[in-house]
Amino acid sequence: MKRMTIVVSILLTGLLLTSGVTAQTPEKKYPTLFDPKTTTLENGMEVVVIEDHRAPVVTHMVWYRIGAADEPSGKSGIAHFLEHLMFKGTRKVANGEFSKIVAQNGGQDNAFTSQDYTAFYQNASVDKLPLLMEIEADRMQGLILNDKAVGAELQVVLEERSQRTDNNPTALMREQLNAAMYLAHPYGIPVIGWRNELEKLTTEDAINWYKTYYAPNNAILVVAGDVNAEQVFELAKKYYGPQKAMELPKRERLKEPPQLAKRIVVMRDKRVREPSWRQSYLAPTGRTSDVKTVRALEVLNEILSGGVTGRLYSKLVIDDKVAVGAGAYYDSSSYDQSSFTFYGTPANGFDLETVEAAVLKVINDVLENGVSEDEIKAAKKRMMASAIYARDSISGAANIFGGALARGEKIENVVHWPEQISMVTAEEISEAAKLVFIERQSVVGKLLPEEK
Amino acid sequence: MKIFVFLWIAAIATLTGFVPSALATNIQEITSPGGIKAWFVEEKSIPILSMEVIWKGGASTIPAEKAGLANLLASTMDEGAADLDSKAFQQRLSDLAISLSFGASKDTFSGSLKTLSENREEAFRLFELAINSPRFDEEPVGRIKSQILVGLNRKLSKPNNLVRRAWFEVAFPGHAYAIPTDGTIETVKPLTPKDLREFKKKQIARSNMVVSVIGDIDADELGRLLDKTFLKLPENPDLSFPNDVEEVKGPILKVIPLDIPQSVVVFGGNGIKREDPDYYAAYVLNYILGGGGFESRLTAEIREKRGLVYSVYSYLAPLQNAGLQLGGFGTSNASVAEAIELVKAELHKIREAGVTETELEAAKKYLNGSFPLRLSSNSRIANIMVSMQLFNLPISYLNKRPELINAVTLDDIKRVAYRLMDPDAMIITIAGKPSGLEN
Repeated sequence: MKRMTIVVSILLTGLLLTSGVTAQTPEKKYPTLFDPKTTTLENGMEVVVIEDHRAPVVTHMVWYRIGAADEPSGKSGIAHFLEHLMFKGTRKVANGEFSKIVAQNGGQDNAFTSQDYTAFYQNASVDKLPLLMEIEADRMQGLILNDKAVGAELQVVLEERSQRTDNNPTALMREQLNAAMYLAHPYGIPVIGWRNELEKLTTEDAINWYKTYYAPNNAILVVAGDVNAEQVFELAKKYYGPQKAMELPKRERLKEPPQLAKRIVVMRDKRVREPSWRQSYLAPTGRTSDVKTVRALEVLNEILSGGVTGRLYSKLVIDDKVAVGAGAYYDSSSYDQSSFTFYGTPANGFDLETVEAAVLKVINDVLENGVSEDEIKAAKKRMMASAIYARDSISGAANIFGGALARGEKIENVVHWPEQISMVTAEEISEAAKLVFIERQSVVGKLLPEEK
Repeated sequence: MKIFVFLWIAAIATLTGFVPSALATNIQEITSPGGIKAWFVEEKSIPILSMEVIWKGGASTIPAEKAGLANLLASTMDEGAADLDSKAFQQRLSDLAISLSFGASKDTFSGSLKTLSENREEAFRLFELAINSPRFDEEPVGRIKSQILVGLNRKLSKPNNLVRRAWFEVAFPGHAYAIPTDGTIETVKPLTPKDLREFKKKQIARSNMVVSVIGDIDADELGRLLDKTFLKLPENPDLSFPNDVEEVKGPILKVIPLDIPQSVVVFGGNGIKREDPDYYAAYVLNYILGGGGFESRLTAEIREKRGLVYSVYSYLAPLQNAGLQLGGFGTSNASVAEAIELVKAELHKIREAGVTETELEAAKKYLNGSFPLRLSSNSRIANIMVSMQLFNLPISYLNKRPELINAVTLDDIKRVAYRLMDPDAMIITIAGKPSGLEN
């Protein structure tokens, strides 16, 4: 609920799988995913508007194409830390006043950071939109930082790290797993930062970061709700138009070398009372691969992990009874290569190796025999339905487009998601599975209680 | 003070002709031909349909030795019904992308149904089967039980669960509210399909039920579906509800030792019940103390000024048989004593001096101004409509709420603060390794 939620990279996938569908476009028989209207301001800021007239409210978001994976070496956590510091005031708005102004206007505000983006948002009655734009534009280039404010906030972020990560062995394990997953690429470094680096961040680090990356040509404005797109474009021009475009560093992260060895990470912690297992395979995403492969993997993920009737749960939990829980998730929209992850918790009397073997059997079955037409049909039907359900959430729609654009996805790929999913074939799923489920490109994680 | 910059905004306040009560006025109370009542909003712009149902009862009506039974019932009622076994039932839901689930809390048992409107007939049929003829076959009951048992075992080292559970244990000695909703490993293990069958019969009835529906359907058709779904249920439940607790008695300080870097703290004491005439004053007061995110006094003092926590909050918890005010934070073990003293100091200050005119106005602006956000999607509206009925609020409440909040005065706040905010009567539970705490 608080500002500074760290968004793990799977969030957007979840949102995409539950995205909405608008009425059919005239020339195509497939529905589109919402019906966004877009423009680009002269200073390079992209604008996306999604109209929804059910309630007189609006979601206003600004996404910066900058996240933890863009941080300089040794400064982990600076992207997320700066997100906190964006509330510390400008010449016009004093420290702490930003949220107060939003609240006194009946709005709610917050912000979040992932490996690939930093985003700020407010939800309010639609008549407050000009005000929200005014104060959000004001802090795009007008932030003022001093040591006192930065110092107190660093303590807050360290407490956040304790709360989210250090207090929780599963979260610590996930950090270790990511670090093992990427040999060179910065996705191996946690968004909140390693504690030893986080502790040393300074006001100067924050200012450097801000001055380098916070500019309209590095930002995407998303407005969703009871608005008219043309009016929003006019307001955007008025409030965000005066912000100055800047020269931006090229967005390029360290490249992952060939992965030649399966890695096995074993962590023991006395707080662990039930062992758990996971395995992540390096996987392509919308920007790094052709879209057919990515959509095929999304359908495969639904077949494997689509609830109680998915292959993993029905095989491991219902039929074989070797696990009490099992599933998978696939992050299809990271800026760089992501992962396809399997997980399971053994049933009483079984060990992690049994769970791993059972999951491998499910994977091998896909590799050898593919998936059936019936499974594909059912999975597509559920995915199309979840797209309709997603239309119930105004802020969800805004998240989908902001997240996709900030991660280098083309808006057409989002809009035509239903069509692309509908076209996926059994052959494509088999090909995609062979491309991803390669043992030497994977990491196994075992989280266990301390040895007695 | 910096707000003057933005005052002109009011002049262009009608981008789209904002009508705050538009949704509120759309709620109808319908009665089906067979006499089932429901609150209903017709909303046809998306081809979906949501229903929320609450039955009074829940975990607090279950004897201590069967703790967790309501939760187990909620987790198994969708695991097969009538001639559909668990797999067939779940397959049917999955094929039609229908989401159907049940839940249990201390005071309630609830059901939730979401479907594409084209599948509404089948969705209501499956809901009807689940509440009237659940099977509770050995296989799914055993499977779900083992999942719950693993979860319960995990919770034994999770600070957030331990500290909350401990708070209710010390606050409600000998009362049903002391018993955790999901039970304990010892109480869940022996639960049987027979227990489930018996409790289902006692819990799921018509006279303790409230229903809300929103979506792509018209009132006549809904009436017919409501009859098909609910008419077969028994008229009355057979439950023994717990006694009212007039007040919880502090001070109590209890530490659950746990080797973690950050202690997790829950604090609280007497709050207010939903029907209390001072409820709105308490609601506004809580917003100012710790309910208002970044604007609250607790966040200003403990997070913003001192950086001791990532999050500190308070909220009103109006249960059926007790009114509570609860709050919490996490802070490094070394700072626990300081943070608790700061909370107490804030309670003391607000109790002695009340709040300022500026704070009161700001709170009213937020609480009234943000209300439309709570009515911004079908699922939110369905949930609000069913809660309003649970608390016996009239349909007109949504329109009257701004007046009720605006009517709160500084004196009301002072009176309520005196009644509720006693720093010397706080019940505090801590999971962690806090240092420097004198008992």
